[in-house]
Amino acid sequence: QAHKEEDNPEKTMEVNGLPSVPDSYDYDLIVIGGGSGGLAAAKEAAKYEKKVMVLDFVTPTPQGSSWGLGGTCVNVGCIPKKLMHQAALLGQALQDSRKFGWQFTEEVKHNWMTMTESVQNYIGSLNWGYRVALRDKKVTYENAYGEFVGPHTIKATNKKGVEKLYTAERFIIATGERPRYLGVPGDKEHCISSDDLFSLPYCPGKTLVVGASYVALECAGFLAGLGLDVTVMVRSILLRGFDQDMANRIGEYMNEHGVNFIREFVPIKVEQVEEGTPGKLKVTAKSTTGNQIIEGEYNTVLLAIGRDPCTRKIGLDRVGVNINEKTGKIPVNDEEQTNVPYIYAIGDILQDKLELTPVAIQAGRLLVQRLYAGATTKCDYVNVPTTVFTPLEYGACGYSEETAVEKFGEENIEVYHSHFWPLEWTVPSRDNNKCYAKIICNIQDNERVIGFHVLGPNAGEVTQGFAAAIKCGLTKEQLDGTVGIHPVCAEV
Amino acid sequence: GKNEYDLLVIGGGSGGLACAKEAAQFGRKVAVLDYVEPSPQGTTWGIGGTCVNVGCIPKKLMHQAALLGSALKDAQHYGWNISQPVHHTWSVMAQAVQNYVKSLNWGHRVQLQDKKVKYLNMKGSFSDPHTVRGLTKAGKETVVTADNIVIATGGRPKYPTHIAGAREHGITSDDLFWLKESPGKTLPSFILDVSLECAGFLTGIGLDTAVMMRSIPLRGFDQASHISGNKQICFTTQQQMASLVTKHMESYGTKFLKRCFPTKVEKLKSNKLQVTWKNADLDTEETDSFDTVMWAVGRAPDTKTLNLETVGVKTNSETGKIIVDASEATSVPHIYAIGDVTEGRPELTPTAIAAGKLLAQRLFGQSSELMDYDNVPTTVFTPLEYGCVGLSEEAAVQCHGSDNIEVYHAYYKPLEFTVAERDATQCYIKMVCLREREQRILGLHFIGPNAGEVIQGFALGIKCGATYPQMMKTVGIHPTCAEEVTKLHITKRSGLDATVTGC
Repeated sequence: QAHKEEDNPEKTMEVNGLPSVPDSYDYDLIVIGGGSGGLAAAKEAAKYEKKVMVLDFVTPTPQGSSWGLGGTCVNVGCIPKKLMHQAALLGQALQDSRKFGWQFTEEVKHNWMTMTESVQNYIGSLNWGYRVALRDKKVTYENAYGEFVGPHTIKATNKKGVEKLYTAERFIIATGERPRYLGVPGDKEHCISSDDLFSLPYCPGKTLVVGASYVALECAGFLAGLGLDVTVMVRSILLRGFDQDMANRIGEYMNEHGVNFIREFVPIKVEQVEEGTPGKLKVTAKSTTGNQIIEGEYNTVLLAIGRDPCTRKIGLDRVGVNINEKTGKIPVNDEEQTNVPYIYAIGDILQDKLELTPVAIQAGRLLVQRLYAGATTKCDYVNVPTTVFTPLEYGACGYSEETAVEKFGEENIEVYHSHFWPLEWTVPSRDNNKCYAKIICNIQDNERVIGFHVLGPNAGEVTQGFAAAIKCGLTKEQLDGTVGIHPVCAEV
Repeated sequence: GKNEYDLLVIGGGSGGLACAKEAAQFGRKVAVLDYVEPSPQGTTWGIGGTCVNVGCIPKKLMHQAALLGSALKDAQHYGWNISQPVHHTWSVMAQAVQNYVKSLNWGHRVQLQDKKVKYLNMKGSFSDPHTVRGLTKAGKETVVTADNIVIATGGRPKYPTHIAGAREHGITSDDLFWLKESPGKTLPSFILDVSLECAGFLTGIGLDTAVMMRSIPLRGFDQASHISGNKQICFTTQQQMASLVTKHMESYGTKFLKRCFPTKVEKLKSNKLQVTWKNADLDTEETDSFDTVMWAVGRAPDTKTLNLETVGVKTNSETGKIIVDASEATSVPHIYAIGDVTEGRPELTPTAIAAGKLLAQRLFGQSSELMDYDNVPTTVFTPLEYGCVGLSEEAAVQCHGSDNIEVYHAYYKPLEFTVAERDATQCYIKMVCLREREQRILGLHFIGPNAGEVIQGFALGIKCGATYPQMMKTVGIHPTCAEEVTKLHITKRSGLDATVTGC
């Protein structure tokens, strides 16, 4: 079990052969990984006048894509995803606007390059902003690959291969994850992942998205919204881990809006038929329920089958940090401490924790406050809200219906639900029975709201406040006693 | 003898219909009287009241039309090739909106029928505490008697009485949404949330719009601010929020004629309207011509023709609104009042609906639950929306003293504005808390896109007694605007720059 450093002064002395004194280390804190969690932790530590270093390095993708400081969220996650989702929503808005009296040419086309350039420019400004912020806060930043080589010591290797050694009293591992590949012929050579999509220098064209994660559905969603021919190949269920009723509604909506689904198949081979930007690829897939083989031709194949933590090649074995051998994730205690007392971990690499930017940021900040500011608050991982930015957005907080039934028993929970029709969709006559909301209440605990789910526009904006209310112990009665704002979706 | 109905509701609007339908659920014999006196310009409409016909619904739809205009501009930055110029045609929008409203009128009639509520398209007035005389448009009379009567007649826009030509040549919100042709160059006069919202969407669809204001914007919210008993219903919006909203509108093309007092409106030979006004700052008289002049100077309760004096229902001498107690009872037993027509209540559809339902439940369903008017959230649907719940900063200072409150605030930038290169200077959040240990949240104010969607959930939190620490423990959803609420940490007291930087 994790224990404080002070309890084992002998161990530290033994390591250095010198009496352990904090300033014999190069740094108070070294953060490995300059993403959401890492940067938040580093900036917080600098507030307490600690000597901090951040190491950030992006190993290029098989296709050669790379990016700047900021991690997944900023470069190849939340930010570009939401912007492209917005581009797709604007496409829909264009159609709606005609019904509201706006007139313009019949044919409206989307230009991938214009959008991608704008998005990349914005990301570039964020990368720059982070570098300036670190500099202002006197945090040392090195664009180098960090790995442990011995107790309290890491080796940083930059792009040119130059190696440097650094020591620190404490470390925070925040290396995040990278997309997984299929492990079939042609996958690395011809397929792209979300790491490549947001900076793709040509329109992806007819796309096959492999996977049923939120990454897969969000990408498929906005690509279709931009006018591309999109197919999603799903091995079994959609959005594993999410409320399945909601997941199916999302899938149905996407299907009705032009996204093709191939269910219960996995690709076994990807071959290039034609070169080009994009070229043509032939995908061979096998059924998961029988022997059926199918083939299809696409311009682009986007793999979104999961992400793997970057923990296998950072020398954790050399310092004795335990990882889950199967998943690569790092188990930590409720103070984000690994089994090695001076090494902590935050963000996507943690075992049994949510892979979300705000969670990583919160964990990072609170951890540093506990280390250097005498705080005791631990990160609250309960009732963390999330939103899936599919064409029909899905916001959720708390238990899914299945998990609630499992934990409390069907007779002890009450599910209140309703379809609703956003006012803004009435005039353009859109989808009048698709938006949906449900809350799950624990009958035995004063009908406390333990799960909130909403499917509709601006689901994230709607869900945020409800998450705060759930944190305050919201009950059904209090919900009923709150007046709605009219006319908005959230009042449902 | 026995009264014909268990419940008679006068007024088929948000409150009235909710009350009637709820009572019918308990198997009661219910009747609803609804009648729309045409506006001076001759506009009239079907069942459903202000919200459905000349309020929330058409307003939000036209606001949406304006937002879509912005979306068209944004879309180009996101890669959509739209040929310029882009035009807006009022009649296409108006017809679509009016058709939808008519479908709602129809829906209400069907619902009443399904629930076996008798609907009478008649103007009601009291003969005695249990008897109401109903008059049709043609003048036919029907007498209705009921055990209980609920007055839910709402309000109608006021006209300025001292400005020559105001009534003959000006329109109000009652007319705006039903115009078949574009209002052209418009002047919505004085400042209320109504005029800001209308000016906002009119500018958004490309019309030349000016707002003439006497003093400060959003003064209208003050009309509901009141101290009644122990409860404080504070709807005062503050100068800060109002000025951010109007600054945004100004930057988008709405002209503001501040500290100006119209003196007369004349019709020119060209059919345009010439407005003369006094500019208090410059001490000059100015004129300009407009296609349309719209008055939004407040709403008056619709009680004049009810004959309330005959039955002794007391009204507020200043406002004309019906005085009710916490159970919506008037000064006369068995006569109740709900919605915009009542004194000291917020003029909002959802509160009228909730009050109406609870009243029916108390009358016929053995409930004793009273309506809670505290912490009612609301939203002004100006181009940059403003949503709020709880106390304004001024009200909090007034109630608790500035030493006892802490105001957290932030200027943020919606992600979607970045690529669209849109100005986010006025996107702002403010949370007013008690300073003492628990740091309970007294009020939350949000200016930005989808303000209503953002505020709704937080209103729930405030109903649960949310504190600042609880808000900080709530993890944000990324990337949204709402998450900025959970990240507020700069106080006004500190004087530090409250601009949110980066992710």
